[in-house]
Amino acid sequence: MGSIIKNRYLILRRISQLTILFLYFAANYWGLKILMGNLSFSKLFNTIPLTDPYAFLQMLFAGAVISSDLIIGVVIILLFYGLIGGRAYCSWVCPVNMITDFAAWVRRKTHHEKDNLINATKIRNFRYVFMVMMLIVSTVVGAAAFEFISPIGMFTRAVAFTLGFSWVWLLVIFIFDAFVLKNGWCGHICPVGAMYSIVGSKSIIRVWHNKDNCTACGECLKICPENQVLSPVIDKKSDYISGIECTNCGRCIEVCNDNALEFTLRYIINKKGENNEKTATN
Amino acid sequence: MDNKRRQFITSLIQASAAAAAGGTIVGAFVEENKNKPLTLRPPGALKEEDFLKTCIRCGLCVEACKNRENKVIIDGNEIITLKLGAPGDNVAIGTPYFIARTGPCFMCDDIPCMYACPTGALTPDMCKNDKGEVAIDYAKMGVAVIDPSSCIAFWGLQCTACYRACPEMDKAITIEWKKNERTGKHAYRIPVVHEDACTGCGMCEMACVTEKAAIKVFPRDVFLGKAGDRYVKGWDKKDQQRVKNASTKTTTETGRSKLSPIQNLNQGVTWDQ
Repeated sequence: MGSIIKNRYLILRRISQLTILFLYFAANYWGLKILMGNLSFSKLFNTIPLTDPYAFLQMLFAGAVISSDLIIGVVIILLFYGLIGGRAYCSWVCPVNMITDFAAWVRRKTHHEKDNLINATKIRNFRYVFMVMMLIVSTVVGAAAFEFISPIGMFTRAVAFTLGFSWVWLLVIFIFDAFVLKNGWCGHICPVGAMYSIVGSKSIIRVWHNKDNCTACGECLKICPENQVLSPVIDKKSDYISGIECTNCGRCIEVCNDNALEFTLRYIINKKGENNEKTATN
Repeated sequence: MDNKRRQFITSLIQASAAAAAGGTIVGAFVEENKNKPLTLRPPGALKEEDFLKTCIRCGLCVEACKNRENKVIIDGNEIITLKLGAPGDNVAIGTPYFIARTGPCFMCDDIPCMYACPTGALTPDMCKNDKGEVAIDYAKMGVAVIDPSSCIAFWGLQCTACYRACPEMDKAITIEWKKNERTGKHAYRIPVVHEDACTGCGMCEMACVTEKAAIKVFPRDVFLGKAGDRYVKGWDKKDQQRVKNASTKTTTETGRSKLSPIQNLNQGVTWDQ
């Protein structure tokens, strides 16, 4: 029981990811009209459109005529992640996260976290350049370029429609993450994650760090897939984790044994002045 | 500070170079992958080039096709027309397609797949007749093509399987009677496809009795030619009208036609000794 509460966010995230996959599957096989389509475009309850903003951007760059459904869907998604969720898509929705988390787990279990073939910190911002690059490629070839290789699309389609050789691509992602570069795909390459980082940079839900409780054990830094967002804050000041790459996965909160980390609402609490009180009382 | 900026610029250039390399590889892969001219698309699909731009690969058309009201069951198996291209299917990844021989389009009256499309990659605009009426009969998914050497009707055997399977019977496929000169008293009953009525649904291809279908459906762009405006059916008033409104060039320039006729006559001729 204790471990369930201890790992509550991890369990909730897996439930969220698997439920979404299951609903896509059910929509295709049994015509269950709760969540139809896949992660590039979905219809919720057969009416509310939801569009992947990166796919939308690629289509714009490819020169497609955009329908109103897509625009409404993109606005809904942008509002949700932009105002509330931040980069939560990556850790709470995207199924590839399960593969990369598994690869990270394999790394931890075999104690070779630091064995990277590529210098990890040097290419932290590669994804943003790659994101722009994929848009340029979309323009050049006249089709949404990343959708051709996107493991997110392949994973959801493999579950809901046909598998084909999708599993090979997913295996490649796993091998890359487990043996070549730690958190390689999600943390360094995936342009969708880069997109959501930018979209969710001003969102409300954020992790709060309380310096007074922190014992600088470094557990959070070890588990965090994007630990460059933690390092400027942890053991230095009581503040929000404001780095845009934070996926709001909550793993740092779970592994922290000193209650130094928790989810909070960024602007609302700041305005009430509780920000200062917290630092004072603790 | 200066050192930091230098580092930043260096890593930025490195990342850009890597992204450019990655982009080139992906671009080549995409170009290779989207160049699949033999893919049959659902009814109402835009022209292949525009279709690939517009399709967001959500699969709503496939779901609509699979969950239609009347399931088609042949030999106890439910036949599902539309599939979503998975890697290895030899189709642009994630886009809807069908294989006529095993799962043709059954031409549902309400065209569920077309109306399920959220992006307009499948649009009623492409399923219209001249008067602007939308019906599945006006879909242009492809066109049926007969191989006379393997079609047993051309051998003189009685078949007409494709003719009878065709949803546009007597419009898209008609039977032409010809005397069999070999016996003098039998007839050939030969199927003839009319491209203007053929929707490319593929029912004929599925029905074809030969080991490998003698009638096949191809995308219209692949199979249909174009005569151009310089050839006119003199006996057809409408056709003469068409030429009056001709907008395309009526002359063809080839490497050879650039030369003067005399040169043409004198070049490349070898005289027997």
